[in-house]
Amino acid sequence: MSQLLASQKFRSAVLQGGFVVAVIALIVSIILVGQRNIADQGIATGFGFLERTTGWPVNFSIIEVTGRSTYARVLWAGLLNTMLVGFITLFLATLLGLALALMRVSNNTLMKLTGTTYVEVFRNVPVILQVFFWYAILTHLPSPKQAYSLADVAFLSNRGLMLPIPSLSGADLIWLVGAIAVAGVAVWFTRGRLVASRRWSMAAGFIALVFILLLVAGREPGAGLISTPELKGLRFKGGLTLKPEFTALLIGLTLFGASYIGEIIRGGLLSVDRGKLEAGRALGFSTFQINRLIRIPLAFRAMLPALTNQYIWLMKGTTVGIAIGYPDYFAIVSTSINQSGQTLELLALLMGGFILINYSIGFAMNRLNERIKLKGRS
Amino acid sequence: MTDAAFPPVVKTGLADWFRKHFFATWYDTIFSLIFAALIFWSLQAFIGWAVLDAIWRVENKDLCTRDAGACWAVIESRGRLILFGLYPYEEQWRSTLACLAIIVTIALSCLPRFWSIRRLPTLWIAGFGTFVLLMRGGLAGLEVVTSEQWGGLSLTIFIFSGVFVIGMPLAVVFALARRSSLPVIAKSFGLLIDIVRSLPLLTILFAAAVIVPLLVPEWLQGNKLMRVVVAFAVFFAAYQAEIIRAGLQSTSQGQEEAAVALGMPYWSLVVDILLPQAFRNTLPSTINQAVITFKETSIVTIIGFFEVMASGNAAIGTGEWGNQYIEVYVFLALIYFVFVFGLSRYGAWLENRMRLGHA
Repeated sequence: MSQLLASQKFRSAVLQGGFVVAVIALIVSIILVGQRNIADQGIATGFGFLERTTGWPVNFSIIEVTGRSTYARVLWAGLLNTMLVGFITLFLATLLGLALALMRVSNNTLMKLTGTTYVEVFRNVPVILQVFFWYAILTHLPSPKQAYSLADVAFLSNRGLMLPIPSLSGADLIWLVGAIAVAGVAVWFTRGRLVASRRWSMAAGFIALVFILLLVAGREPGAGLISTPELKGLRFKGGLTLKPEFTALLIGLTLFGASYIGEIIRGGLLSVDRGKLEAGRALGFSTFQINRLIRIPLAFRAMLPALTNQYIWLMKGTTVGIAIGYPDYFAIVSTSINQSGQTLELLALLMGGFILINYSIGFAMNRLNERIKLKGRS
Repeated sequence: MTDAAFPPVVKTGLADWFRKHFFATWYDTIFSLIFAALIFWSLQAFIGWAVLDAIWRVENKDLCTRDAGACWAVIESRGRLILFGLYPYEEQWRSTLACLAIIVTIALSCLPRFWSIRRLPTLWIAGFGTFVLLMRGGLAGLEVVTSEQWGGLSLTIFIFSGVFVIGMPLAVVFALARRSSLPVIAKSFGLLIDIVRSLPLLTILFAAAVIVPLLVPEWLQGNKLMRVVVAFAVFFAAYQAEIIRAGLQSTSQGQEEAAVALGMPYWSLVVDILLPQAFRNTLPSTINQAVITFKETSIVTIIGFFEVMASGNAAIGTGEWGNQYIEVYVFLALIYFVFVFGLSRYGAWLENRMRLGHA
């Protein structure tokens, strides 16, 4: 017996067994208390509510949603809203971050100063404060009648930002999707025969050509090439309207995210060994060639893990949209909880949605990392 | 070897300095001019708005129009609301002292002489205790002010320091559990940490505020503020645990083996050998995490707490100061900036010092 107690194996087995029992007991007691409380409130459990209609409107969505839509559809709209604002933010913040990083590593003192000031100001103020700030600015703009206009095609008023968009009919869209598919197949089949950059630029050129042809030729009579917003009475008709909620969230997150991404890219650029750059110079490469062939590939490798984390963080950061009334996934789930009382089911869907988005980003970035990392060494 | 070049001449004159940093190439010249104009124009506009054309006193409130400069009168009028929230007017000196206690605690923990595994926790518990005692009262003739009346900057500081005091020990436990040699425990804590890290902070706080009351018996619930601080602390701990784990991994395996060979008990190994080095090695990341946590306290405004962000919104919520939103937001930004910039500069200084081999 004493031998048994002294044995390391036995002790660790008992310890782990006890831990598992404690965790199970905790989960069971939570479920029991939860079931009793939920039964007391007279709420049905299960996911049946997803088929019910919601009865409340959603003020921004890229798919058609009304008060008669089901919970499933409204939740899907919320998830799409989160992804919409999230991915546009990632794209714009990366571009701005790249510009900031280049400014900060340049030799030009004034550019350095501007970049540093930007980063310090936008990084050190909470993102929610920045979103509130832009929302207040946007909603205090003049009404559509006195809107600021840019060459009479884009307008900024307290109803949001109005932009011109190409007006494509359903048939046009099918043509465009077809062109993208053809270009994709062509890129796939010319693998190994042509240089990668050549293949991709040819594919992009082909898609652009089809797009222009569609705009110019494949058009029903009477339809304009491009739909521009026009003031009709008290509001704008036509074009694309970016509501203040969406625009404020996008600006706030982008400006904040760019300061972090800029620092990550700068760190990546600075991590490139000076000797390698000097070797490039010694071989007679131009500055452009050094940047393109040596510095950027090496820097990209170094900064990818940090960039992945930042992307995931920004995706999660979209939840502050609820503060200004942007119906992202979290806002929709929280309204649904209020309205339907299906707390646990909706909480599970909420966590599931974010884990899905974040794991997808993590997975995609890890695949990229696998592809570009140094081969032959682990 | 007749055409070997001479070594480049290093030019150090003022004109050369300017040439190198402003006019190195023709496009550098263009960029310099553009940015000089940009900097000049924005400085002029900002100073004009914030200082020269600004209206400072409430008496001159009528001068505040759209075309005038900043209307800082709003801060004079609503400053107390922003800083103290709904804390009773006569007791606001206590709120000030309480905030000072935490600021002193933060300042003291930046001094290397407090960096020991016993002094730091003692310092923080003392500082946090002083804060709660002053804010809550009920002792030494101080009137009781319940946490529902706390607000403004002091609530922000309470949440921050509460998260730090609860979250740090939790982070140590998480990190040690994840590195445990018992696979079941290591895997479960790994899963817990990964799940918490993949969720937005807001959803976790929301769950704590709204959903925990459904799942936990009444005697265990505490009030909403306590639940939110604890949930925030768990979130902080999940991130901090990964930092500490990295620090633990950076200590050499040999030290651990030497301690085991000497028959040191596990706790002594952890407290006397591993943790001091782990913390010291990851100090810059820890400070960075503290900075992020301080900024993220502003999130609790969404779930209905009256911290400095919410009280700022309340200050412009009335018709009287409704148009002074820019001034109030700039004021709030300045409050956050002072804390966050100060801490992050300190972190950068420390990192530099450590790279040179001090500390």
